[in-house]
Amino acid sequence: MTDHRLQNSVRQRHSLHPEDIVTLVIDGQQLTADPNDTLLTIAQAHNIHIPTLCFLEGISAYGGCRVCLVEVEGYGKLVPACLTHPAEGIIVRTQSPRVIEYRKKIVELLLSERNHICSVCVTNGHCELQQLASTLGITHIRYPGLFPSLAIDASNTRFIHDPNRCVLCSRCVRVCAEIEGAHTWDIIHRGIKSRVSADLNQPWKEAVTCTGCGKCVQACPTGALSEQGKAVGEMLKKRYTESTT
Amino acid sequence: MDQPIIIEPITRIEGHGKISIHLAPNGEVADAKLHVTQFRGFETFCQGRPFAEMISLVERICGICPISHSLASAKACDDILGIRVPETAQKLRVLLNCGEFIQSHALSFFHLSGPDLILGMDAPAEKRNLFHMLQSHPEIAKDGIRLRQIGQQIIEGLTGKRIHPAWVVPGGVRTPLQEHERDTLLERLPEAQAILERAITLFIESLKKWQDEIEHFANFPTLFVALTNSSGQLEHVHGNLRCIDENGAILEQCQTAAAYQDIIGEASEQYSYLKSPFYIPRGYPAGMYRVGPAARLNVANGCPTPWAHTLWEQFRLFAQGPILSSFYNHFARLVEIVYCLETAEQLLQESNITSKHIRAHAQPNYHEGIGIVEAPRGTLIHHYNVNTDGLIERVNLIVATGNNNLAMNKGLVQVAKKWVKGSSLSEGAINRLQAVIRAFDPCLSCSTHAVRGPVTAIELLNYDGKLLDSI
Ligand code: SF4
Ligand code: SF4
Ligand code: FES
Repeated sequence: MTDHRLQNSVRQRHSLHPEDIVTLVIDGQQLTADPNDTLLTIAQAHNIHIPTLCFLEGISAYGGCRVCLVEVEGYGKLVPACLTHPAEGIIVRTQSPRVIEYRKKIVELLLSERNHICSVCVTNGHCELQQLASTLGITHIRYPGLFPSLAIDASNTRFIHDPNRCVLCSRCVRVCAEIEGAHTWDIIHRGIKSRVSADLNQPWKEAVTCTGCGKCVQACPTGALSEQGKAVGEMLKKRYTESTT
Repeated sequence: MDQPIIIEPITRIEGHGKISIHLAPNGEVADAKLHVTQFRGFETFCQGRPFAEMISLVERICGICPISHSLASAKACDDILGIRVPETAQKLRVLLNCGEFIQSHALSFFHLSGPDLILGMDAPAEKRNLFHMLQSHPEIAKDGIRLRQIGQQIIEGLTGKRIHPAWVVPGGVRTPLQEHERDTLLERLPEAQAILERAITLFIESLKKWQDEIEHFANFPTLFVALTNSSGQLEHVHGNLRCIDENGAILEQCQTAAAYQDIIGEASEQYSYLKSPFYIPRGYPAGMYRVGPAARLNVANGCPTPWAHTLWEQFRLFAQGPILSSFYNHFARLVEIVYCLETAEQLLQESNITSKHIRAHAQPNYHEGIGIVEAPRGTLIHHYNVNTDGLIERVNLIVATGNNNLAMNKGLVQVAKKWVKGSSLSEGAINRLQAVIRAFDPCLSCSTHAVRGPVTAIELLNYDGKLLDSI
């Protein structure tokens, strides 16, 4: 988290009524927090690292990828830190063996769902998914790859959409709708068939709502959205903070 | 009925293959074939990908000559963009190619063929390898290792990586050459030149031992194909294709890359994943031609650098007209290493070699792109078609080993007829069968990039080549 966000969060907390402050424990640290914050932002403000993928600062949280799952003592299910607000007295673990095992499985499932052959990918070396896999120590994938053959949309003269690298994080959808106000992207179909599509499934160049701003390309964590003409490893996303993983 | 004898696997070549020899009822060799049993499928899975990704995709065809694939691919991509690559980028690409030729030819000469050449074809199999050479002839083995390293250091100095560097890009190269890297590379060249002097002396001295092999290692008339520069001299990266006949007369001098389609056709055989290209005007299989180091020296009028040119003259004196025995590929490799060392030295001394202007940008402007280079093993053609969005619709790759397929098979027959006696195989016969294939330095990984029907592992053929039985 940037210094200025940290200061904001501290300032907000000071302006809260004492009754509106909750206390909680994350990874053994006793903390106080604003109940409107999420476990993720609280952890970030105290330099506790929780990996994320679909979360992107500045747009709404979505809770789709489940990479940020954490364990709350006494609660059966793991919860997504990016969407969960703190309750008084909870004890949170971000690095328990169970959490780590779930995260690994989730990332492996993401990798097995499409075609992630990093060595020939435009974002090789700058990809959040790849970085996540490497930080989690994923050396192989225990699930058989589906290797779908999905058509690439290179109709836009400046950008390429390659669904073979998409993790359906919906960052493109949210940044386009919430920041640019264009709402060109959406997710069509269901389950395993879900795809990101422009303007009710039009080729990108025919999507009349698209302003060509490129925010989706820069927000995308993987090689699914990239600039035209980039060779392997050349697509660096322009963001003021690097990967949140 | 023919009785096949199968030798599998063939060692010290790149990739997987096997040889079958077919005996006639009287016990004499009727036929012999190289079966390439490895299957890749690049031409199919590249379909639908953005063309700018092709360079890195095709680099993965091979760990030995990824640079050649990247250069041929980059030329095809430049063609699709329809742009002129900046001069420094052209030179850096040539320099990169020099690094690859040095390391690949050093590997072939010292590591793969060295044990045969130095220790002898009749030495026991367990002794004919680099490790044994390190004990018996440590200086030669070390020379080979060091020379290969110098080649790889050129690649690393330019690209930051020794293999699969993803550094060549459509329109140029990714990063400029740093001045300190240039100086380090220049400092290493004299050592490489000294290694070459020793290797050449060694090879010339040992030639007397190999008269039988010279006579029977694919020593038959064929056509030859290679790139030449605008003066008809040896060329690896630029230039156009030239085809000569068995007497050395020029049959074709292409003026464009696209003209390859008028002279090279491709046939497929059931017994191998490897396609069999042929010279169209003579038909299949009569249009057999050879590519590679010796073919390049046969096709060229000379070499553009002085020491290599002297060696080229020496090479051409081995026989009258084109040098037909594939055994001389070993010497041709040494000549080409010299050519690359001299070219690298010249380029590194040029004032604009460290220029930062190394890439031109454009949108895809054409639907078709063709790139031809000389890979260490011979002519390499990449031919792409893209749709209006620049997505690949069709890929055709004609690789060096494929170009030599017909000649390799004929070479096998020649060796089998000379050395295979009776229905069992002597160690010497096995070695020579493998060595004749190795003289072409084939790369079966590269050559089986295409998708084709199922391959039959072992087959029994009658005199007409009709399949009688298979497993
Ligand atoms: S998107 Fe990321 S994880 Fe997927 S292939 Fe590209 S670099 Fe690898
Ligand atoms: S295209 Fe990129 S940003 Fe959009 S859903 Fe797929 S991975 Fe996420
Ligand atoms: S679910 Fe929390 S980052 Fe994706």
